[in-house]
Amino acid sequence: MALSTSSNFAKPDDAFRAIVEAHRGLTEAQSADLDAALVLVLANHIGDLDVLREAITLAKRRTLDASQQQQQQQQ
Amino acid sequence: MAANTAQAKTQFGYRRHPDQERSGANVAEYPVVVVGAGPVGLSLAIDLAQRGQRVVLLDDADRIGEGSRAICFSKRSLEFWDRLGVGDRMVEKGVVWSVGKIFHGASQLYQFNLLPEEGHKRPAFINLQQFYAEAYLVDRVEQLPEIDLRWRNKVIALESRNDGVALTIATPEGAYQVHASFVVACDGARSSLRQMVGADFAGQVFEDQFLIADVKMTAAFPTERWFWFDPPFHAGRSALLHKQPDDIWRIDLQLNPDADPVAEKQPENVRPRIERMLGHDKFEFEWISLYKFQCRRMAKFIHGRVIFAGDSAHQVSPFGARGANSGLEDAENLAWKLDRVLRRLSPEGLLETYHIERSAAADENIRESTRSTDFMAPVTRQEARLREAVLSLAKDTEFGKRMVNGGRLSVPSVYDTPLSSGDRDSWRGGPRPGASMLDAPVTEQGGGSSYLTDVFIRQGTRFTLLEFGNGAAVDVPDGVGTIRVGGEGGLVDAQGLAGKRYDAEPGTAYLLRPDGYVAARFRNAARPTLDAALARAAGLN
Repeated sequence: MALSTSSNFAKPDDAFRAIVEAHRGLTEAQSADLDAALVLVLANHIGDLDVLREAITLAKRRTLDASQQQQQQQQ
Repeated sequence: MAANTAQAKTQFGYRRHPDQERSGANVAEYPVVVVGAGPVGLSLAIDLAQRGQRVVLLDDADRIGEGSRAICFSKRSLEFWDRLGVGDRMVEKGVVWSVGKIFHGASQLYQFNLLPEEGHKRPAFINLQQFYAEAYLVDRVEQLPEIDLRWRNKVIALESRNDGVALTIATPEGAYQVHASFVVACDGARSSLRQMVGADFAGQVFEDQFLIADVKMTAAFPTERWFWFDPPFHAGRSALLHKQPDDIWRIDLQLNPDADPVAEKQPENVRPRIERMLGHDKFEFEWISLYKFQCRRMAKFIHGRVIFAGDSAHQVSPFGARGANSGLEDAENLAWKLDRVLRRLSPEGLLETYHIERSAAADENIRESTRSTDFMAPVTRQEARLREAVLSLAKDTEFGKRMVNGGRLSVPSVYDTPLSSGDRDSWRGGPRPGASMLDAPVTEQGGGSSYLTDVFIRQGTRFTLLEFGNGAAVDVPDGVGTIRVGGEGGLVDAQGLAGKRYDAEPGTAYLLRPDGYVAARFRNAARPTLDAALARAAGLN
């Protein structure tokens, strides 16, 4: 596994807060635009296709889990 | 379009051939019949003829088609055409270019140079209307008695046999038959031979429509490829402008998927849009057509003794000039292999490497052109959002510029192929086995300046050892050409570019295939290693 999932920030709350604050006051569409740009900037900074693919898999698993839970709740 | 056709012969006559009197057991037999006299079929026929093969070349029309088809021919294609004796004519008529500019809205995002270094005989690209290329190739065909070009000869039936193919050919004077050891189908994207062998042609159809207009005007635009995302004259879509010879400009406009094809094609509807693009109305239409693009290929390029090359085997979107150029690469890849098989110098299995190498190249071309088309016409809202993010990041960042995809232009594929011998020595650069040879300027012993690609042609485009001088010449087997750079009697690498491009040390040698691709390379070319590499490259083991 090339992707690091251990905690890398000395103060994780600061990192989370920085991202949250970047979205404050934005519409849904503006937030989506911001996320798109942020993903591209960070992906380039990582510069490793294997890491990027693992990150996509991890992020996507969360999305799929969430949609499965939603379906179960609806049943 | 009369002005264009006046400069090149494009109309040809049907002529009855003595083969048409023959039937039954008396039917004429040929080593190769090539079907389709487009750029690929013509080039293949010339290459085979120059190798001494008799070729019958059939075309169902009696004229060279006009209008807007291929316009960009790559450096690699020009090097191939140099070998066929038509390179100079193409380049003299063509518009030479190597710089592309990408615009977003009204402002320039960046520019790129496809051949930023000196010391190459040929430019990155020329733009030339396909009918000129075909007319020059036909002129060359007419100089070669080995080629029998038959217009208005349409293949209507095909019967595969163990040792060849029986073709039934319709003419204005009725049908006749010929037998061929091999048939090469260069009959285009709607190939009837592909249907006759019952092969599939699977792939992806793009919903977006593009309008292609060739307009005639005298204008001060530089000879560069200009590509716009969301230009002021065509909001929300993309546009391309390219110069061709005779003051003709190619304009390519992306339309909405739901655009009405009949209405969009009307000159009165196209004109205002192009007036806004050019900023004036002093132009005339030469051609207007509407396209939807498809990216697809045959699963197998070889069906028994019927071999497919060019658009009949694979189709791509035009962004990247990967259609005609990849067809020409098919032709140069196939010609030497077919020649060797017909001469029984190599087993028929050598042809299988044509499929291996060129189907992988087709996959690469399809991948690249699909990515370009997707970038121009994002499928989902989020894809469009990511595209917009790239375009806006491109203003300020290098990585953003490099992610903008307005077409990735054709470069020769690097083959992973059983014909290559893997590197055993250590290399810091140079073309690896499977890559095409690199050009470099050299000076001949007499003082004349030349290029490696030209010296390779003079060696007869056979297996050739490119050596970098170190005392005695390498002992090469009979029939193998040699190019010697440096050392006594060798070519002089005055600028040091040949040595640099091939990562050469004294004793370095590259074994080149007859199509100019690297088969193997050595720091010291000992005879047994060279023999083994040659046998492998000829499909003998």
